[in-house]
Amino acid sequence: MKSYHADERGYYGEFGGAFIPEMLYPNCEELRQNYLSIMEEPSFKEEFHQLLKDYVGRPTPLYFAKRLSEKYNTKIYLKREDLCHTGAHKVNNTIGQILMAKKLGKNRIIAETGAGQHGVATATVCALMGIQCVVYMGEIDIARQAPNVARMKMLGAEVRPATSGSKTLKDATNEAIRDWINNPVNTHYIIGSVVGPHPYPDMVARFQSVISEEIKYQLQEKEGRENPDYVVACVGGGSNAAGAFYHYLDVPEVGIIAVEAAGKGIDSGESAATSALGKVGIIHGSKTLLMQTQDGQITEPYSISAGLDYPGVGPMHAHLYASGRGEFISITDDDAMKAGLELCKLEGIIPAIETSHALAIFEDRKFNTDDVVVVNLSGRGDKDLQNYIDYFKL
Amino acid sequence: MNRIKQKLQEDNKILSIYFSAGYPNLDDTVKIIQDLEKNGVDLIEIGLPFSDPLADGPTIQESSTAALKNGMNTSLLFEQLKDIRKTVSIPLILMGYFNPVLQYGVEEFCAQCEEIGIDGLILPDLPLDVYQEEYEDIFKKHGLINVFLITPQTSDERIKAIDDASEGFIYMVSSASTTGTKQGFGSEQSEYFDRIASMGLNNPQIVGFGISNAETFEQATQKAKGAIIGSAFIKHLTANGVDGIGDFVKQIR
Repeated sequence: MKSYHADERGYYGEFGGAFIPEMLYPNCEELRQNYLSIMEEPSFKEEFHQLLKDYVGRPTPLYFAKRLSEKYNTKIYLKREDLCHTGAHKVNNTIGQILMAKKLGKNRIIAETGAGQHGVATATVCALMGIQCVVYMGEIDIARQAPNVARMKMLGAEVRPATSGSKTLKDATNEAIRDWINNPVNTHYIIGSVVGPHPYPDMVARFQSVISEEIKYQLQEKEGRENPDYVVACVGGGSNAAGAFYHYLDVPEVGIIAVEAAGKGIDSGESAATSALGKVGIIHGSKTLLMQTQDGQITEPYSISAGLDYPGVGPMHAHLYASGRGEFISITDDDAMKAGLELCKLEGIIPAIETSHALAIFEDRKFNTDDVVVVNLSGRGDKDLQNYIDYFKL
Repeated sequence: MNRIKQKLQEDNKILSIYFSAGYPNLDDTVKIIQDLEKNGVDLIEIGLPFSDPLADGPTIQESSTAALKNGMNTSLLFEQLKDIRKTVSIPLILMGYFNPVLQYGVEEFCAQCEEIGIDGLILPDLPLDVYQEEYEDIFKKHGLINVFLITPQTSDERIKAIDDASEGFIYMVSSASTTGTKQGFGSEQSEYFDRIASMGLNNPQIVGFGISNAETFEQATQKAKGAIIGSAFIKHLTANGVDGIGDFVKQIR
């Protein structure tokens, strides 16, 4: 049967692989050879699930959003990843990877972060395990995300500014990769999304797959069936989407809807809608869709949401797009902000602006009255308060 | 015979210089190449600038960014180099990241290289297995040698596989680092140089990363066939422009 999961070499169709300089080969190879067997070890599974339960607060609820459903005349469930410790799904992955790092005997962790959510989630698990943590963050992002910088510092992490290139997420990722080249033996790199060279996209997707694993049995309890008609998630790099889609990838009757950030509009020159604007290329060691010039230089994306502000997309999602398995919708800043405020008023939940993009599809994308639509509510909006205040002049 | 192979047969203590095309000024490319040859450099690596040079330290990042800002791109570089073989006869290698080559079209890119008289390519993020499966035939058809890297962390088994896939030379990265990050060699490098020298590889090795002056050049070439200088030369260009290239080369050997 045709599968939308990674093959043994880390390819999703034509996308994925490990396009890395030789300096990174031993690091990635060590991980590639060990990640699946470590994840299968009973002691690993036990500790991972125990921490997800007692520390992260899983399972997160699958909540039937009654008033939102009434408004859009369909059945909308929200998978409440916003209720995870640290405020988003990111911690599912960092818990998994810190345990992986321990099994591999690493005593130093590096990570990249854009808005700071993955940085906070990484600093959190490093504090939990008492492991040294260095987080790379673009100089520009450090300036505009001061609360998260403070959080990381309080958690004991060192935040190093990425001053190269455009000084944002992609450059922070470059700096983290360079650090890994310079520290190949003792350091594990905790990538925050389903991006980067094999085995990262597959490994991160597996750690996040707990999201759809829970949706299946929770939906069984509520609707008497495991499969919704649609799963909806926002996509920057795509880790929350990968987790929400994971157990439905090869279930054709479940529609997969990926929502990208159109920024100020797809044709505005200020957008992060990679599926619409990207071409096949190599970014951060992975063959995927990315936004680039005709000459193959990687361009800087734009979105009001820092978490969707990435010029590429994970290879799983590139394949979902190219194969037609996934439906890709892009949402502008304005529509996302409106949908975020709407969820506050209708359901009493303040969502992250990333997540608001997924919520914004209901305005134009119509569903049947009896369709069951699960939206992955990937994060809470506390971190975005200043943005909401500025935007709505609150 | 390919100029790289020819050169490696003739000479020892090969001095190879890397620079970013389009830096410090957009039109300096040809003059830099000519001056390097005039001053006795054996081999030149012309850097095709990339927006996200993962394996490079700050010096080459900055020269790449500046070159792109100056307006450098793949087509323009080919245009600048179209008559280079009228004045320059030493081996020329293009070094860059894979994405710009992929966007240009690998076949097209290789055909252009052949037409100009480029002898080889170094694309650090084009992995060995992908090269062999998808691109080796194209490179060979156009007479291009693909140069692979090894590092102190590369296993003996993989070094042998890389040796088998190589023709010309192996680019021996001196330490676990990005370019221009570390200065000088310690006991770790000596052991590594000895280990590689004792492996009896088919291809000679040229050492890169960490070579910046006569002392490190001498150390690197005691066991290896040659050495590559990149960041130190770019710093020289930053400070002095394209004048005084001869002075730089003379202080190396």
